[in-house]
Amino acid sequence: MTGPGAIAYDEKTAEALLPTAEPLQLIDEHGARVHCPGHELPSDAHLVALHRAMVLGRRFDTQATALTKQGSLAVYPSSRGQDACQVGAALALAPQDWLFPTYRDSMALVARGIDPAEVLVLLRGDGHCGYDVHATRTGPQCTPLATNALHAVGLAHAARLAGDDVAVLALLGDGATSEGDTHEALNVAAVYRAPVVFLVQNNGYAISVPLSKQTAAPTLAHKGIGYGMPGVLVDGNDVAVVHSVVAAALDRARAGGGPTLIEAVTYRLEAHTNADDATRYRLTGEVEDWQTRDPVERSRVHLRAAGLLDDDAEAALAAEGEEQAAALRTAMQKETVHDPRTLFSDVYATPTRLLDEQAARLADELAEDA
Amino acid sequence: MSTPATATTTTPATDPTMTMAQALNTALRDALTDDPNVLVFGEDVGPLGGVFRVTDGLQEQFGDTRVFDTPLAESAIVGTAIGMAMYGLRPVVEMQFDAFAYPAFEQVVSHLAKLRNRTRGGVSLPIVVRIPYGGGIGGVEHHSDSSEAYYTATPGLTVISPGTPQDAYTLLRQAVACPDPVIFLEPKRRYWGKGPVDVDDPGPGMNRAVVRREGTSATVLAYGPMVATALEAAELGLAEGYDLEVVDLRSLSPFDDETVSASVRKTGRAVVVHEAASFGGYGAEVAARVTERCFHHLHAPVARVTGLDVPYPPPRLEEHFLPNPERILDAVANLQWERHLEDQA
Repeated sequence: MTGPGAIAYDEKTAEALLPTAEPLQLIDEHGARVHCPGHELPSDAHLVALHRAMVLGRRFDTQATALTKQGSLAVYPSSRGQDACQVGAALALAPQDWLFPTYRDSMALVARGIDPAEVLVLLRGDGHCGYDVHATRTGPQCTPLATNALHAVGLAHAARLAGDDVAVLALLGDGATSEGDTHEALNVAAVYRAPVVFLVQNNGYAISVPLSKQTAAPTLAHKGIGYGMPGVLVDGNDVAVVHSVVAAALDRARAGGGPTLIEAVTYRLEAHTNADDATRYRLTGEVEDWQTRDPVERSRVHLRAAGLLDDDAEAALAAEGEEQAAALRTAMQKETVHDPRTLFSDVYATPTRLLDEQAARLADELAEDA
Repeated sequence: MSTPATATTTTPATDPTMTMAQALNTALRDALTDDPNVLVFGEDVGPLGGVFRVTDGLQEQFGDTRVFDTPLAESAIVGTAIGMAMYGLRPVVEMQFDAFAYPAFEQVVSHLAKLRNRTRGGVSLPIVVRIPYGGGIGGVEHHSDSSEAYYTATPGLTVISPGTPQDAYTLLRQAVACPDPVIFLEPKRRYWGKGPVDVDDPGPGMNRAVVRREGTSATVLAYGPMVATALEAAELGLAEGYDLEVVDLRSLSPFDDETVSASVRKTGRAVVVHEAASFGGYGAEVAARVTERCFHHLHAPVARVTGLDVPYPPPRLEEHFLPNPERILDAVANLQWERHLEDQA
């Protein structure tokens, strides 16, 4: 077929875009090494670093959940159980790379090195984004689903136009793959050959709706081929394979190879947020079953067996986690002083007259209250 | 197109007469020339030059990395522009028609308008979203919406609409230079109207209204496509004994209360004109602001002349929908003149 509507189709190239039938693994559920063609186990030092970040991330997550129950945070969407996805992906980023996270990716932000107290500014209700977006090269945690994916594509395209050695990682959930913006982002990224990687953390539920009601695709990774990009299916509870596959996709993107869609199959051990009742939609025994596949425990078992982790190292790591949690508790217990006059800051680069008038009225109210 | 006056000609700098589409094209060309960070993209803006030819010749001159066609995906156009602006670029994007901009609405409202505020000033988004809007061109359905109120109701957005070729040039240059996102509403029925353009005229500032025609009887407040209609009404009104002042709002948000209030206080009467429906429309905001600020100067309630509160009609019925000079003059005639005469007696 010829003409403007003709597309060059090559069966072999197309097949290479399809995911494997089973999720890729480098470390299995028992902590044993698995041979995975095309993917190397990260180095010993890397595996230890990944484990450390997961232990600290898990402790952060537990602390944030506890703070929410105590009323210190407005809301907290836990990522317990998705530790391997968030840590494996975050540590695959080079310092110059950009990350576009969602509201459930707090652990990824902490793994990226952002101060946990700054991460929680949003969920504590103190502000909409507590960290410096440019300094951390991390977009604000995004609540409207999949909209962050387009920002990632745009930034990646701009970096490519500038000739910079920058790749971008967009984080999505399984529910977000039903949104129109996911479709637009994947399509545009592929057409532009933008240096961007989409990581879908498929935790089985969009709040309460299971994946079976979200898609009829064989896997979410199968969506890649429809856009002309590789779709890779990985075990999202294996930090080694998440890290290895995301790092390879980022390298490929940087080298001009275009975008990759990665689906990491995982499970959200906690409810959607503290305000959710997961017993209404989860099967009995489901959580217990996934607890036996805990990503942090899997990594621990592997490292212990490989002689890369001993009692002393574990104790030191636990102590580090406690120290970080204590610092976070102290930070969250501190009463934040909110100046209502800042409501008018940063709406526009230069305040408008309308805002100046409202600011003056608010100032009068404050003066009367004082 | 932006041929400057030379020493050999007696033509003043304001002489080159352009259509509004040509003025916009010249503004984009000059912006692309002056700042390497400016990009122009959207649907059919490349080799075709846009369905209204506003981007005509730009890809040829600046190449297809700076002027390019996107996939047919409006949310992606605005969403990727946000990511590009975060990396230091200044995207000027085109929505092909008013009603086709709606898929991008979430990106506009939840991110474009809010990111500066959400990041406490950390992220600036100098993005211009150009939207051809309004009716009067015989377009079939979904090609004639006046969507301004959706944008003016959103804090964080600057909403601009030029009514003349000169303003089309000046305001678009200022919108591109603006550190904040600008919704730039182009009155498509005026694309082919000609007028003088002086590319060196800085105008009164992007967020200022201007008095287009001085008068004493009443103030007609208009913007975009209705500026020409209001001026026509003012000419016709002379025969009926009205000397109308016409104010071109130019900047829908922020709103220039100062210029508007000064005019209404002078004339004591005001009529707001727009193509969009009246209920919950932009004119309601204008009428409220004028009433709040000029109440003791008003001889009559502020009147509105607007499109009807129905979905935009098929082309063969649009003349009955759109405000015209006669409806403006009818509204003027109803501004309680007899009471004023009684008061004076």
